[in-house]
Amino acid sequence: MATNTSGASSDFIKNLGRMYGTYTGGFLAFIVLLAILEMVGVPNKILGYLFVFFTLAVYAIIGVMTRTAEVSEYYVAGRRVPAFYNGMATGADWMSAASFVGMAGTLFLLGYDGLAWVLGWTGGYVLVSVLIGPYLRKFGAYTVPDFMAFRFGGNFARIVAVVVLVACSFTYVTAQIFGTGIIASRFLGMQFEIAVFAGLVGILLCAMLGGMRAVTWTQIAQYIVLIVAYLTPIIILSTKNYGVPIPELTYGKAIAAITAREQEMLATGLATAAGLKPHIQPFINYTPLNFFAIIFCMMVGTASLPHILMRYFTTPSVREARQSVAWSLFFIFLLYFSAPAYAAFSKLEVYTNIIGRDLTAVRPWMFAWGELGLIQVCGKNAASIDAIVAACKAIAGHPGVVRLQDFVINTDVIVLSTPEIAGLPYVISGLVAAGGLAAALSTADGLLLAIANALSHDIYYKMIDPNAPTIRRLMVARVLLVVVAVGAAATAATRPSDILAMVGWAFSLAMAGNFPALVMGIWWKRATSKGAIAGMIAGFGLCIFYLVVTRYFPGMGVKYFGMTSLLNAATGAPLVDIAAAMNLPNAMEAWPTLAHPLANKVGWFNLTNIACGLLGMPLGFAVIYVVSLMDKEPSAEMQAYVDEIRKPRGRTVLEEKT
Amino acid sequence: MNQPDSKANEEAHWSKTTRLMFTHLGVWLLFGYVVHMFVGPLNKIIIPILDFPLGFYMAAQGSLIVFVVMLFMFARQQDDIDREHGYAEDD
Repeated sequence: MATNTSGASSDFIKNLGRMYGTYTGGFLAFIVLLAILEMVGVPNKILGYLFVFFTLAVYAIIGVMTRTAEVSEYYVAGRRVPAFYNGMATGADWMSAASFVGMAGTLFLLGYDGLAWVLGWTGGYVLVSVLIGPYLRKFGAYTVPDFMAFRFGGNFARIVAVVVLVACSFTYVTAQIFGTGIIASRFLGMQFEIAVFAGLVGILLCAMLGGMRAVTWTQIAQYIVLIVAYLTPIIILSTKNYGVPIPELTYGKAIAAITAREQEMLATGLATAAGLKPHIQPFINYTPLNFFAIIFCMMVGTASLPHILMRYFTTPSVREARQSVAWSLFFIFLLYFSAPAYAAFSKLEVYTNIIGRDLTAVRPWMFAWGELGLIQVCGKNAASIDAIVAACKAIAGHPGVVRLQDFVINTDVIVLSTPEIAGLPYVISGLVAAGGLAAALSTADGLLLAIANALSHDIYYKMIDPNAPTIRRLMVARVLLVVVAVGAAATAATRPSDILAMVGWAFSLAMAGNFPALVMGIWWKRATSKGAIAGMIAGFGLCIFYLVVTRYFPGMGVKYFGMTSLLNAATGAPLVDIAAAMNLPNAMEAWPTLAHPLANKVGWFNLTNIACGLLGMPLGFAVIYVVSLMDKEPSAEMQAYVDEIRKPRGRTVLEEKT
Repeated sequence: MNQPDSKANEEAHWSKTTRLMFTHLGVWLLFGYVVHMFVGPLNKIIIPILDFPLGFYMAAQGSLIVFVVMLFMFARQQDDIDREHGYAEDD
């Protein structure tokens, strides 16, 4: 039977190029078909539904077709995903709703400072490849806690690693399901809470039956949808405006135009020096410390996130694991180096065609978003010309043209509105929505699988019932997947605020908890179990302490832990008046809402809590080092295993029975 | 040809691997951080034809291109080291 499956699957691998080529062609034909439907007058809403349901159906079909009853297929896709395709799957796994919808918006608002996220979310792959990924592949684990348990002496290390994994992945997946809900509710007009659970069904259809195997092949399909969707609008826009279909080259002209227009707006009184943030000027939103701290935490976090590391367990060899990291970054790069182009084109449109226009002559594309409350002019939703004229009349001395300070835009709108700004047909907007959905679903799949696998493999199989038969193991894995997914959806439906910050926390938590132990476990034979466990607890503990205190107990942070107000990056002034805030009756309140005057605004060394890993990680390294040296040297056997991990040739260290 | 099982071969392989690791981390540090510390002066240089300020360009595209290229290079270089010492997997 074993020969049968491997024969069939090597055919399958050989035909991958043709299969995904046909799939891409079919997808493009589908877009053309919908464009024709639009021309013959099918309403937009139906087109939107067709887009979303067609793509969801494809993912579900792939998910069902690749269902499996084999443990190694379920956990590591049988370890035969070629480097190139694993790179694509990792790209989709990696790029979430925050990347697809949020990043261009962040760059629009923050200008140069937003590039901290672009840099931070790409450079980490260098660390994955050089320090960690290929070694874990050689080790032969199913999960990251598997490695920790083997290298660091058993189940206590395993539990600590599972706690770290669940903490960072759950924070992250909640943000993804939230993003799925936002896209579905905006494009399909569903109620937000219902949209969240509808998105959840899509996620489960992909992941539940086939585990890693199904997730891998759907993620590749999702990558193709999301990259086509992301690049199409700006390629058309770039061709229209500059005659060259490479937006990444032409947006330099847009930036030059933005800079010139900024000066002009200042000179003509359309903007105030205090309100205008020049697009290319660095360090006016983040201080240099926080700018580099965010880059560092996102990079190191990348190399510590279990759902990313486990993607490199699926390649056929260590060599291909390394190549696969390079392909991953290439596919991610395609989107990330285009995001600043979105921001620049959008900003130029807003600065030239909205700011400075007579109120009755602004471009009509903004009213659809104004109705949803995502664009405001003069403090009111910009739903129509009458609405903005009325709103601005209420402001004393308003000149009758839109000024920079009158205009407020929600960052999610930047990518979603670009097709309309470019005057493209609705079918392109539907495409973008399908792309955003693919991005959110694929990341959520990977994260849920990481959590469920850790619980089913590490907790249930390795600790509770090591003799469980295959069928029961996989059943437990599937049930846990559903339970975790519903839990995450329920959390997302409560609308926890600020997605970018939540994603940032996930990275910092992963970095503080995992990175020192992973690196020392591979690169330093002398690292001992006691050292690693102490280091993980100390690093993760400090990070989560800083996070929770600055977010939920800021009053206590100030009173007992010597925290001070963060500083405004442009002026250097404190963000809040600590003395005044501490005299308020709610100053010492715990678990306050974001309305608490101090929440997220206090800290040590003027360090934002997104970068709490910067405190935790060095502590983790130091503790591992010191405690290991005080401890007995690891056994000769363990040191031989570490040598074995370092050589690609030969069998994996951990041999799983299947 | 090295003896794959000898201690000396193992150590030589690992010291080369370590050196390669530090080299790549050095490049990573340079393009991930050091270059961007000079964004102010670099922004005064405008790339001809494309009109990008250089400091902005490095953060938006330059460093990213470096990361992608160095990862493909690293995969090759580490593989060469593994082959040289007889630790590479069969093709």
